[in-house]
Amino acid sequence: MYKNIIIVGGGIAGMAAAAALSEIGMEVTVLEREKLPGGHVRSWDRLFPTLRAAKEVLDFLNKSLGLLTEIICDIEVGSIVPTPGGYTIHCTNGDIFTTGCLVLATGYDLFDARKKEEYGFGIYENVITSADLEKIFREGNQVTTCGGQVPRRVGIIHCVGSRDEKVGNIYCSKVCCVTGVKQAIEIRQMLPDCEIFSFYMDLRMYDRHFEELYFEAQQKWNVNFIRGRLSECAENPDHSIILKTEDTLTGHPLKLTVDLVVLLVGFVPGSSARKITGSLGLLQGTDGFLLPADEHTAGNRTLLPGVFLAGAVKGPACVVDTIADGRATAVEVYRYMKHSEVAK
Amino acid sequence: MNIGGKRHIWKDYQKEIAGDRFFYVRSCVRQNFFPGSEKTFLRIMKEELGKDVFENAAHTTCSGIGYHSDVVPFETTMTMVARQFALMTEAGYENFTTSCITSFGLYNEILETWHHFPDVEARIREHLHRATGRTFNKPANVSHASDVIFKFRKEIGAPGNFRLVSKKTGKPLQVVEHIGCHYAKMFPSKGVGGAEYPYVLTGMIEEWGGEVIDYPERRHCCGFGFRQYLVQANRGYSISCTKKKFDSMAPYKPDFILTNCPGCPMFLDRWQYALSEMKGTTYGENGLGIPVLTYEELAGMILGYDPWDLGLQVHQVPVEPLLDKIGIPYDPGRKFLTMDGKPMGQPLAPSHLKFYKHV
Repeated sequence: MYKNIIIVGGGIAGMAAAAALSEIGMEVTVLEREKLPGGHVRSWDRLFPTLRAAKEVLDFLNKSLGLLTEIICDIEVGSIVPTPGGYTIHCTNGDIFTTGCLVLATGYDLFDARKKEEYGFGIYENVITSADLEKIFREGNQVTTCGGQVPRRVGIIHCVGSRDEKVGNIYCSKVCCVTGVKQAIEIRQMLPDCEIFSFYMDLRMYDRHFEELYFEAQQKWNVNFIRGRLSECAENPDHSIILKTEDTLTGHPLKLTVDLVVLLVGFVPGSSARKITGSLGLLQGTDGFLLPADEHTAGNRTLLPGVFLAGAVKGPACVVDTIADGRATAVEVYRYMKHSEVAK
Repeated sequence: MNIGGKRHIWKDYQKEIAGDRFFYVRSCVRQNFFPGSEKTFLRIMKEELGKDVFENAAHTTCSGIGYHSDVVPFETTMTMVARQFALMTEAGYENFTTSCITSFGLYNEILETWHHFPDVEARIREHLHRATGRTFNKPANVSHASDVIFKFRKEIGAPGNFRLVSKKTGKPLQVVEHIGCHYAKMFPSKGVGGAEYPYVLTGMIEEWGGEVIDYPERRHCCGFGFRQYLVQANRGYSISCTKKKFDSMAPYKPDFILTNCPGCPMFLDRWQYALSEMKGTTYGENGLGIPVLTYEELAGMILGYDPWDLGLQVHQVPVEPLLDKIGIPYDPGRKFLTMDGKPMGQPLAPSHLKFYKHV
């Protein structure tokens, strides 16, 4: 049995890697900064494209962890220092771990929508993010305006903080398009009389079932998709929100009043990864996410011996891909441990 | 609206504003539009605050209106601006302060261009030297005059001075602030508070006791926008812009509008008359308009200067209702007298927009 593998980050990538390593007989310690493992998925209600409960996926991963996995929660890694034959992990609570094999699965942060100042998040109460809406769904609450009214019109804004040079993020966050479609359907399921207007640049329905969900949103749920990037939000005296945009298919400027605006916030590099990168000297891409040794052929390895990457620490990824990536990391770790001195 | 959200943004957009020894350049048009404003700025800076503000009568237009109207090439504009910098350098100053928002935007645009393209700066230096024999240093600090008034807003609003509070009700006056497009929309970091929720005028209004109205068309153009107005055929677009703003702000019943651009107060003030003649619509109380002020005029009012010394008599929309609300004294009989006490003539009464004396 190989021992002493440390996974930093107990989100779904870290959990999937731990479960796979545990299953092939490796002893793993997962360090998670939150009180429970699961990462961002703990905050989601239902997952695209099938609308299955996020909790089911987390329950599955939790059950898969096995006896050889120890998860230590509520612990934050401050720095990781290379040492002869391995790495020393210094936690902010003073705990120290040493290991010869390290998996970084620190995930991502959500884009701070306040940076899109013109959209008024944090200023206008009826402008919320997709994460806020997901929380409403997960807690079983009714979608309402800040005044407690049932919204008659909701605007959903795509690409907030993604593909946007103005905020310095030119990359696509991959999951926002289909999240917007999913959430539009969920609002319509909850509020059949509510009109939904979804403003997009282009809809990247790249994965299996995504396109079907997009068609369903239009055909079954009458969601209005308007190709045009939002220019700005402004607040009316009754706290409803005026959206100023352009319908680029018809070539007309458009002004639309909605009761609630949902901003589909994208991924940004995680603050934990940035901190760790500083002390470990790992490479970052121009987008700020960590770079593997080779993006085509060694997507889970780094140039440092015994240091591996799993999940969205490398860039935006959906739940399916993140879990698969965690398992792929486990294979790379196994291959490394099998041939490495540190395992012996 | 959550004001905390705005304050969060304002934290990110703090700029350095020089505190003394300013080389001041005037606007081409403001002395015609609002003739007391620049004079009031100099009076406040020199007499109230004891600052060193230097002017050189040889300074010219920055050519910004010509540049933005595509009649003056950028190279020419840059050379003219280089000459302004040369005048500053020759006078021994390094803090450049502009009266005009277009100029302010243009100076920033040129300095930014030179920063990224040093070869352009070298070429312009050569042009200037060949044409005039002059050389120059770039300013250490570029500020708009509204930045400077913002910096000294506490001193101007010192205890004992007038407050933006209704004398009758004791409640804060409700104020629309309108920022010139070229103040921060091109370079958000160059403006106090950034481009989306600028703080420069809001800071003055809050410091002096008023409250700012956040209305839906707050960011919309005043209606000047150069080609919208300078090309005669486009003037319908200009007045449509202004109408859109007034329709949007009217439900909030603003007591007045505060501006920091040469064009904005002109258009927000004068188009109220045109709109009243065209549509029969007025936007203030009881058939009056909404008074429009420059920041220097407002600062002068706060300091208790005579409204007619501030040039408030040349406004299209009468300001007396605002003076009465605050309790600022004035002599109605002096309104239309020249500085040497002679009658300057009086405008005819508009069809709809009321003069104050008609209320």
